[in-house]
Amino acid sequence: MTTVVIGSGPAGLAAAIELRRLGAGRVVVLERDAEPGGVPRHCDHLGFGVRDLHRVLGGPRYAARYAALAERAGVEIRSQTSVTGWAAPMELTATSPRGVETMVADAIVLATGCRERPRSARLVPGTRPAGVFTTGALQQLVHLQHQRPGRRAVVVGAEHVSFSAVLTLAGAGAETVAMVTEHPAHQTYAPLAWLAAGRRGVPILTGARVAAIRGRDRVDGVDVADIATGARLAIACDTVVFTGDWIPDHELARRGGLAMDGASRAPRIDQAGRTSARGVFACGNLVHAAETADVAALGGRSVARAVTTFLQTPSWPAPPVYVTCVPPVRWVAPGAIDTGEPLGSFRLRVDEPRLDVDLVVAQGAREIWRRRYSTLVPNRSIRADVGGSPALQPEETLIFRIEAR
Amino acid sequence: MEHGPRLGVPIERTGALLVAWTDEQNAALAGIAAKAAENGYAATRRVERDELYRLEPHLGAGAAAALAVPDEHIICPFTTPLAFATEAVANGVALRLGAAVERVALAEGAHVLETAAGPVVARWVVNAAGLHSDTLDRLFGHDRFTVTPRRGELIVFDKLSRPLVRHTILPVPTATTKGVLVAPTVFGNVVLGPTAEDVPDRTATGTTAEGLASLLEKGRRILPELAREEVTATYVGLRAATEHADYQIAFHADQRYACVAGIRSTGLTASMAIAEHVAEGLRDAGLRLRRRDAFREIRMPNIGEAFPRPYQEPARIAANPDYGRIVCHCERVTRGEILDAARAPIPARTLDGLRRRTRAAFGRCQGFYCLAEVTQLLAGATGEPPASLLRTP
Repeated sequence: MTTVVIGSGPAGLAAAIELRRLGAGRVVVLERDAEPGGVPRHCDHLGFGVRDLHRVLGGPRYAARYAALAERAGVEIRSQTSVTGWAAPMELTATSPRGVETMVADAIVLATGCRERPRSARLVPGTRPAGVFTTGALQQLVHLQHQRPGRRAVVVGAEHVSFSAVLTLAGAGAETVAMVTEHPAHQTYAPLAWLAAGRRGVPILTGARVAAIRGRDRVDGVDVADIATGARLAIACDTVVFTGDWIPDHELARRGGLAMDGASRAPRIDQAGRTSARGVFACGNLVHAAETADVAALGGRSVARAVTTFLQTPSWPAPPVYVTCVPPVRWVAPGAIDTGEPLGSFRLRVDEPRLDVDLVVAQGAREIWRRRYSTLVPNRSIRADVGGSPALQPEETLIFRIEAR
Repeated sequence: MEHGPRLGVPIERTGALLVAWTDEQNAALAGIAAKAAENGYAATRRVERDELYRLEPHLGAGAAAALAVPDEHIICPFTTPLAFATEAVANGVALRLGAAVERVALAEGAHVLETAAGPVVARWVVNAAGLHSDTLDRLFGHDRFTVTPRRGELIVFDKLSRPLVRHTILPVPTATTKGVLVAPTVFGNVVLGPTAEDVPDRTATGTTAEGLASLLEKGRRILPELAREEVTATYVGLRAATEHADYQIAFHADQRYACVAGIRSTGLTASMAIAEHVAEGLRDAGLRLRRRDAFREIRMPNIGEAFPRPYQEPARIAANPDYGRIVCHCERVTRGEILDAARAPIPARTLDGLRRRTRAAFGRCQGFYCLAEVTQLLAGATGEPPASLLRTP
C-alpha cells in the first residue's frame, strides 16, 4: 500500500508521520522545493509547535524538527519534485531532476497549502514598479537570501501576518510608515499589534485601501483612499507589502476535477478530510487558508487516521449533506458532512466584525447548534466545536449564520 | 506563419469568433465577411446562434450569431520581438540598449546620432522608435504627425480559466475601436481587454480603477464565469497612435532616412510584411542591399503551452538535470531556463527582462514562492547584485 502526500509543510509531514505510526505502509511525500518543511522555513519568529509538539519553536527549527521526525518514522521525502498533473484518477505526473515520472498511489493526500493574493489579484491600480511584495516573498528575501527589501514600507493588511511582516521589515532595517486595512480595526492580538506596530508608532489606517501605486522603476509612493469618504492620502514609500488575503493553492485539486467550495476556493472535504474523489484526501491550509502551523499539523494527523481506515476498507461515502453559510460568514470548512460520523469541529471566517452574537448552525428550520461569541473578527480563525451526531436530513444543506443577540 | 515555429516563437491557431450581440451587429457580419473576401481572405464563415453556443458553451447569454475567422492565431508578444532582435544580432547587427537618441547631425556620407550611450555613425537611419517616433522624426526636420499614446488596459486571468474559452472572442468593431476581446494566451491564460483611451503622457503605463472596472463589467457579459476566477496580472499597453488613421511610412532618399511610425495594435501581426515593405523602399531609395550567403538561423526557447516545455521533456532533463528543477512553480519555469536566459545572446539583465523571457514570477502567485530564489539565480548568473535587480534604494 502506498500513500502519496503532496506537500511537506506541517500538514503534509504530520499526516505522513502519523500514517507511518499507524502502520499504513509506504508513505511518499513529494515536495517541490529543495528542502522539506513548507512555509515555516522562512517564518523566523517564535510561536510554532504549541498545540502539536507541545513546545515553542521558531519557524525554521519547527520545520527542521518535522523533517527529522518524518525521516525517523520512515517517510520517503522526495524534494525538488513538482507534481504537475494527473495521469489517471490515482496516478500523478511529476518532474524532478531525475526526470518525468508517473506515480500510482492507493491513497493521495493533498497538502499543498495556501498563499497570499498578490497585488495584481487584488486589482490595485497604478504603475508596476519593483518593490511590491507579498509577505511570503518578503520573508524569503530577508530570511533565506538576507536581502534588504527597502527603507520605507507600507503594509497592506492588519491581520496576524501583516504584523509579522512589520517585524520582518524592521529586522531588515526597513521602517513601516503605515498599515492599511479596509476593516474598522486591526485583526490581531493586542500584544502582537503593540510589539510590532504600537511601540514603533506605526499608524494603522483603518477603513482604507490602497487606491494606487506610484513609481516607475521602484515604488515611490501609494495613494490611500478612505473607503467611506473617498478622501485620498499620498504616502511616500519605496516598498509595499501585500499581506494576508489567503487563497488555497488549489491548482492540483482543480486539475484533478475535485468538487470545490466556491466560498473558500478549497477542495470540498468532509469531517475526515475526504474530497469528492475516491482515495483523495486534503488537509492543512489547502482546506482552511490560513490557520497556524500547529492547526494545519493537527489536521494532517487527523486525516492520516481516515486514510488508514480507507486503506483497510476502501469505502468512500458520498456525503449526503453539504455545508454553506450566510454573510457575514465568508466560508466554513469542512463543507460536506458524512452523516455516519460525528459533526466534529468547523473553522470559519467572517467578512465584517461582530460583537456579542450567536453563531447558529441549522438545517432548514431546525436548529442544530448555537453558541454565543463575544467578538468575531475578520481574517481571524473562528472555531465552532459543533460535535455530536444529530440526525440530519439527507440532501438538505447545513447552514452557518450569525444572529444578533 | 511558417516563421513562428522556425524561430521557436510560441504560436497557436485558435481561430476567432466575431460575436454579434445585437441585431445591428448581426446585420453587419455579412459586410465584414465581404470586406475580408475583398482583401483576399475568403475563409470566414457565418455561425448561427446554436452552433455558436456549441462552440463556446460558456459564452454569456444574448449572442445572436458570429463570424468565424478560422485562421486567427495567438502568438507570444515577448518572444516575437526578442526572436527578431536575436536573429539580427546573430547576423551582425549591433544592438545598443539604453541609447535614447538625443541629437542628430546630418552630414554628407554619414549621420551622427548622439545617444545616451555615446555617438552612433550611420549611413542610413530607419526610425522605428514607436511611441517616440515623432520626436525622432522632428530631429530629422519633419513635422507631420504627433504620437498620442492610446492606452489599453488588460486583465490576465488564472490558467484555471483557460477551459472557459476556445477561440478568440471578438466584438463587432466600430469606426473608432476594435473593442474589448476575450482570448486565450499562448501561456495558457485568458486575457480580457483592451480599453482604448488617448493619454498625453508617453509613460502612462499605469492601470486605473475605472479601466479595470469597465473591463470586468464587459468580461462579465462576454464570459460570465470569468468573474469567479482569480486574476493573475493586469497591465497596460500604449499603442503609438497618431492623428492619422494609417501608418506613417516614408522614405527620404535625400536624407538617407526612413520613417516607420504610427503603427498601433497591428504592429506585431504586420511586422514581417512591414519589414519587407521597408526593405524594398530602402532599396528603391538607393540603399545597396545584398543577400547574405550564410544567414545564421536561431531558435528561441519555447515558453508557450502548445509546444513541449523543458519540464515535460525527459531527454532534456537527462542531459541537464537543471531542466528538471522547477523554480517558478506557477509557470513551471526551471533553473535551466533561467540560467539560459541570463546567458542568451541578448541576455536578461533585469527581473522584468527575465519574466518576459521565461515567465518566471509571472504567474498566479507573482513571486510569493519564487521571487527570492529567482532573484538570487539571476544575480549569480549576471553578476548584478540582488539589490540592484530589485532596485532597492
